Amino acid sequence: MTAPRLQLEQISKRFAAVVANDQVSLSVQPGEIHSILGENGAGKSTLMKIIYGALRPDAGRILWNGEPAQIRSPQEARALGIAMVFQHFSLFDTLSVAENVWLGMSSSISLQQVKDGIRSKTAEYGLELEPERVVHTLSVGERQRVEIVRALLAEPRLLILDEPTSVLTPQAVEKLFVTLRQLAATGCSILYISHKLDEIRALCHQCTVLRGGRVTGSCDPTVESNASLSRLMIGAEPPRLVHREATPGQLALRVNALSLEKLDRFGTDLHEVSLDLREGEVVGIAGVSGNGQQQLLAAISGEDPRAPDAAIELFGQPIGRLRAGARRKLGLHFIPEERLGRGAVPTLSLAHNMLLTRNESLRFLGWIDRQALKHQTASIIERFKVKSGGPGAVARSLSGGNLQKYIVGREIDAVPKVLVVAQPTWGVDVGAAAQIRAELLALRDAGTALLVVSEELEELFEMTDRLHVMARGRLSPSIGTSAATVELIGEWMSGLWPTGPEDGPGASIGEFP
Amino acid sequence: MNDLALLVAATLAAGTPLALAGMGLLVNERAGVLNLGAEGLMLVAAVAGFATGFTTGSELLALIAGAAAGAIGAAIYGWLVIWLNTNQYATGLAVSLFGSGFSAFVGIGFVGKKLEENPVTGVPLLRDLPVLGVALFRQHWTIYGAVALAGGVAWFLYRTRGGLILRSIGESPSAAHALGYPVRRIRLVAVVVGGALCGLAGAYLSVIYTPLWVEGMVAGRGWIALALTTFATWRPARMLFGAYLFGGVTMLQLYLQAAGVQVPPEFMSMLPYLATVLVLVIISRNPLWIRLNMPASLGKTFFPGS
Repeated sequence: MTAPRLQLEQISKRFAAVVANDQVSLSVQPGEIHSILGENGAGKSTLMKIIYGALRPDAGRILWNGEPAQIRSPQEARALGIAMVFQHFSLFDTLSVAENVWLGMSSSISLQQVKDGIRSKTAEYGLELEPERVVHTLSVGERQRVEIVRALLAEPRLLILDEPTSVLTPQAVEKLFVTLRQLAATGCSILYISHKLDEIRALCHQCTVLRGGRVTGSCDPTVESNASLSRLMIGAEPPRLVHREATPGQLALRVNALSLEKLDRFGTDLHEVSLDLREGEVVGIAGVSGNGQQQLLAAISGEDPRAPDAAIELFGQPIGRLRAGARRKLGLHFIPEERLGRGAVPTLSLAHNMLLTRNESLRFLGWIDRQALKHQTASIIERFKVKSGGPGAVARSLSGGNLQKYIVGREIDAVPKVLVVAQPTWGVDVGAAAQIRAELLALRDAGTALLVVSEELEELFEMTDRLHVMARGRLSPSIGTSAATVELIGEWMSGLWPTGPEDGPGASIGEFP
Repeated sequence: MNDLALLVAATLAAGTPLALAGMGLLVNERAGVLNLGAEGLMLVAAVAGFATGFTTGSELLALIAGAAAGAIGAAIYGWLVIWLNTNQYATGLAVSLFGSGFSAFVGIGFVGKKLEENPVTGVPLLRDLPVLGVALFRQHWTIYGAVALAGGVAWFLYRTRGGLILRSIGESPSAAHALGYPVRRIRLVAVVVGGALCGLAGAYLSVIYTPLWVEGMVAGRGWIALALTTFATWRPARMLFGAYLFGGVTMLQLYLQAAGVQVPPEFMSMLPYLATVLVLVIISRNPLWIRLNMPASLGKTFFPGS
C-alpha cells in the first residue's frame, strides 16, 4: 500500500481565546476526494490555511507522501504540489484572465505560454474560458473557472476547494463535479470543504467531520444519510421547520413591468420585472447573484428611487419615487444582504443601530430617550437570543449569525406590513438559520407579506409559498413552491422559462407584454 | 509666429516639473499608496538641489541630490504608512507641512543667491530649424527626459510582468499577498521611486527653471501633480498631456499679462488651480472612468494576513 498523499497528525491551533483546531488528524489517499464537513466556525478554514502554509500549527505534524513536511508559506505549499481555490476569489477585476493566471506562476513563463496553457487545459477538461477576457466581465461561475484553471496549470497533487459551490447554479455545480472527478481520476487528491450535505454525498469518497475544532467523525459519505451527517456536524438534527399552508390576503406589493437601467457598469439592467406579493404569503426569488437582484431590491426598498412612480405599488399606492424612509413609514421594511455597512453601522452600538430603522425612542426634535432605547434594544436581544455584550455592544463585535438575528429581530419587531429580505441566513450557522426562518414564517402567519431573495435553493424551498427566478435582469413567472423542483428552478436560472403565465398553484403574476 | 514658438517653449519648461512629479505619483498610486506629501518633498528636494548646485557648481549633482532628498523623504513616509500603518492622508499632509517648514529653515542661507547658469545646448542640428527649433529643440535635456520617462513608465506598466504585479497590488493587495508577492516591499519601492521623481521635479525648479531658491517656490505644483494623477486616470500618456496643458495655462497667463490684457494678475495665477477643480468635477461625472482605472486600494492601509 502506498503512503497517503497527505496525513495530518494531532494538529492543534489556538487563537487568543479560541481553540480553532484541537488535535485534528486525517489522511487523504492519492486520487481521493475527501470532504471536510463542518459548520461555520468549526475550524475548517483554519485547518486548510495550515495545510496551505498560510498559518502555522501550534502542535502536530504534517506528512506529505509519507514524509514529514514543514509548510511555512503558500509558496512552499505550491512547490509541494498543493493548490487552493478560495471561497472568495482572489482575482484582479481589471486584469485579463491570462494576466490573472500569470501572476500566480513563476516568472520564467511568458504571457503567451500562459494563454496557450489555459487553452489546452480548458480543452482537456471541457471548460469554456477565453484567456483574453477581462475578469470584471465574467460571471461568478466563470471566475471560479479561472481559479480552477489556475490551480490545474500548476499540475497539483492536492487541490483544496473552499465552499466552491456557494455561488453556482445547480447546473454549474454538476459541471464542476465532472471536472473534479476527472481530475481525481488522474491521481490528484482533492480536499473539498463544504457544509452542503447533498453535495458531499454525491461527490466525495471520504468525509471528516469537524465540530468546535475537533474531529467528531470520519465516514464514507456515500453510505450515510443527510440526517446522520448532520448529527455528526451539529450534534443534533436541526429542528424541522413547520410550514403551514399560506392564506394569502389582499395585494400588498406590486411591481409593474419595471425596467431600470443599471446605476453602474457592474450592475444589471432590469427588464419588465413584474411581481405580486400578498399579505400572509412568502414569495421567493431564486437565482445566482448578480442577475439583477441587487437592482430590484434597491428599487423596491427605495434605495434607488428612480423607478416610475406607478411601477411599484404598496397597497395600491404608487411608491416608485419615494425614498426608503418614506416607504418604511408606509410599512415596507427591508433587510439587506450586507449586515455590516448596510444593515448596521459597524462602529455603533446595537442601541444606536436600532435608530436606523426604528424611531419609537425618539422624542421631540429628534432627542433620543436613552432609557427607552436601551429597553427596546434589550428586549430584542432577549427575544431573538442574540449573543452579545448587551445594548451597548458595538455591532462589529457580534458574530455574523448573531448580528443577523439582531437585524432580523429589529425589523420583525416593527411588525411591518411588507418585509423584503435578502439572503436571510447567509453565512449563519444551522441553528441560528433555523431560528431566523421560523421567526420569518411566524411573521407571515401574522399577516405580513414577505419577499425573500436568496441564493440557497434549499432555504427557498423550505420557506416560500411561491417562487420566481431571476436571470439576466428578467424575472420568471411564479410557480407554487410545492410544484417546483430543483431541476426546473435550475433550468430557469439560466433564463429558460416559458414565456406565458405559469399555471402553478397560487400563481399570480403581472401582465406580460 | 515666433511668439507662439516661445510660448510653446515656455510651456514645455513649465510643464516638465508637473510631468516628472506626476509620473512619480502615478507609479506611487498604481501601487495603492497616495502621497499627499508631494509638495513638501518637492520643496525639500528643491533646497537640497540648490544647495548642492551652489556648493559644487554641478548641475547634474544638484539634480541627483534633489532626487535623493525626495527618495529619502518618501522612504520615511513609506515606512510610516506601509509598516507602521499610519493613515495615508494625515501622514501625507504632515509630510507636506513639514517639508515646507523644513525647507524654509534650511534654505535661509541660500535666499538671494544665484546659481551659475549653464548654457542650454538643446538638440544639435534640430535646434536650428525655423520656428520648430525655438519651440521644441532648444530645451534643457530633462524635458526630453520627462517625455522618455512617460514612455518608459507606460511600457513598464502595460508591457512587463513587474508592471502587472505593481498594478495588481494597487488593485487588491490582499489577493497579491495571497499569491505570495511581498506587497509592502513592492509598495515601498514604488513610493521611493515616486519620491525620487518628485525630488527631481523640485530640483528642476530651483536648479534649472528659476534658478533660485525662494521659500515656498514650488507654489502648489505638488498639489497640481496630485490632481493630475486623477485627471490622467492613472495613465502615463494622459499624465504627460495634462502636465503640459497646465504648463500651458500657467504660461498663457504670463503672456497675456505681457500683452497688456487687463486681467488682474491674481486672477490669472489662480487659473491653473481653478482648472484643476473643473477637470476633477468633469471626470468625476463619469464614475465608470475612474472605477476602471483607479487603483482600487488607493489610500487604504494594507494589513497582511487579515
